Amino acid sequence: MSKIADAQILQAGKKANVLLVFPVVTFAIALLMHLVLPDAGDTLARPSAYPAFLAILILLYLLCVAVAFAVPKLLSFLSQRAPIFAAVFLVLALWDLATLKLRLVPLPFFPEPGRVLAVYLNDWEVLGTSLFHSLRLQFTGYFIGAAFGLVAGIGIGWSKKVGYWFTPLVKMLGPIPATAWIPVALTVFPTSFSASVFLVALAVWFPVTIMSSSGIAGVPNAYFDVARTLGADNRFLIFKVAIPAALPLIFIGLFMGLTTSFLALIVAEMLGVKAGLGWYISWAQSWAEYDKVYAVLIIISFVFSNLITILFKIRDRVLIWQKGVVKW
Amino acid sequence: MVETKQSQASKFGRIEVRGVSKIFADSSGGVIEALAPVTLDVAPGEFVSLVGPSGCGKSTLLRMISGLDAPSSGQLYLDGQEIQGPHYERGLMFQDPTLFPWLTVQRNIAVSLEARKLHKGQEEVREMIKLVGLEGFEQAFPFQLSGGMAQRAAMARALVNHPRVLLLDEPLGALDAFTRMQMQDELLRIWQERSTTMLFVTHDIDEAVYLSDRIVVMASRPGRIKEIVRVPMGRPRARNHPDFFRLRTKILEILNFLHDDPTGYQI
Repeated sequence: MSKIADAQILQAGKKANVLLVFPVVTFAIALLMHLVLPDAGDTLARPSAYPAFLAILILLYLLCVAVAFAVPKLLSFLSQRAPIFAAVFLVLALWDLATLKLRLVPLPFFPEPGRVLAVYLNDWEVLGTSLFHSLRLQFTGYFIGAAFGLVAGIGIGWSKKVGYWFTPLVKMLGPIPATAWIPVALTVFPTSFSASVFLVALAVWFPVTIMSSSGIAGVPNAYFDVARTLGADNRFLIFKVAIPAALPLIFIGLFMGLTTSFLALIVAEMLGVKAGLGWYISWAQSWAEYDKVYAVLIIISFVFSNLITILFKIRDRVLIWQKGVVKW
Repeated sequence: MVETKQSQASKFGRIEVRGVSKIFADSSGGVIEALAPVTLDVAPGEFVSLVGPSGCGKSTLLRMISGLDAPSSGQLYLDGQEIQGPHYERGLMFQDPTLFPWLTVQRNIAVSLEARKLHKGQEEVREMIKLVGLEGFEQAFPFQLSGGMAQRAAMARALVNHPRVLLLDEPLGALDAFTRMQMQDELLRIWQERSTTMLFVTHDIDEAVYLSDRIVVMASRPGRIKEIVRVPMGRPRARNHPDFFRLRTKILEILNFLHDDPTGYQI
């Protein structure tokens, strides 16, 4: 019995180890293809950091594998993810093939991976500043918008009077896309930064308001009844009963607000502000430097995805008492 | 023996209901008399059940004693003081435990200390956890509890204030039959230990006979008190005792639920 189990574990282990080899194979394919196949005619032969980049990726991977053999938990994680890592090299290889090697799609719109990589190496200073400006704008706008949304939502959900006067306002203003306010914002606010903060905040404000007001309004009355027989005053009912009970919906609003604020941020920067990742995209486009556009798209993807991850991590911490929540 | 213990220990918890009625407006603009004027006295430390069909106003009466709803007419008193609004001296339990799902068991039980801005009482909370037998589950969240455990936690939460009255609105209604009987004994044990006045709404006549000193039998349309039945049995009560059946039969008769048995069988 235990022998069979041992054999099964051994076999599973072997299978896992085979999986671990996959990324190395696809790495070799990507590298050999890049080095051996001739470039398409229209590309200037120039030294590229792409092979070095591939090498760094695989070395990092191998380092992880080496460490993982000492940590069994990490090993199972790695072998589970190995096919995805392998696919990354494969995607890079296909991209390289379709652009640099075969030129199936035209320049300058579709640069090869080496060119996009070169943008990071040559233009990292401007990229870094742009990222800093975008993040500063994003955080300022997001926190202001979320704060206003929470106050408005809780007020509307809690008080009939506040709800009476402010619900129509939310219904009228909310559906207007924040970006439609760009012309107005740029004239009303003294600086383009404050105008953009307003736009980002506006984009966050609406979903946070809607979700927190419906969260508060949907708190079962029995919670309030019980709390009142336990000696709770109004303040306690709002802060210790209504808000905690509404948190699951409030977090959904915060998540929706985060995604809409990304949109507002990038569009505001493309149209009005002279800094940030959005500005960098439109500036690069005006010079037909599409390699830079892709470089920024990749940054945006990484940064925004991680911001969402952070929000969900906070949510999971705060809502530990809930089961069966949305996974990210 | 239990009786004397009750009468000695309880000085507080007298409920007086004086001509209390409740009228609701319905959606078509008419009025519904949920409760016709009723008068009822509950002695300190007494265990009184309210039974009756849906719509007899038993929950309505309980909510008015809790202070959550105001009566349309009449007055309610606790120990001679008129009831105006909810107060932690009148604890409340529903069929749903309504524990706050974001708080652990311990913090749920301590919630009223927090609401009353008392900065001590952790000792009291521990004592309550022991009283209801939830040791080891202090840090559990409500979703991790069974129905019976959740209801125990709710009971501890209501009792932590040492209320003079505990108002129970079908607190055992959602439990399975075995947990229910077990909880009935728990409830009696706690009642005898704390000598809190208990006002207990239930659909279950056996439960009422098993638990109560007196049973208030109510009728509907309009909600009113039909008859008050004293339960002269000592405790613990045998559920198969002839007196138990007799009382049960009597209450069924009052509620017009007893049909003639074609076999002519008599208890």
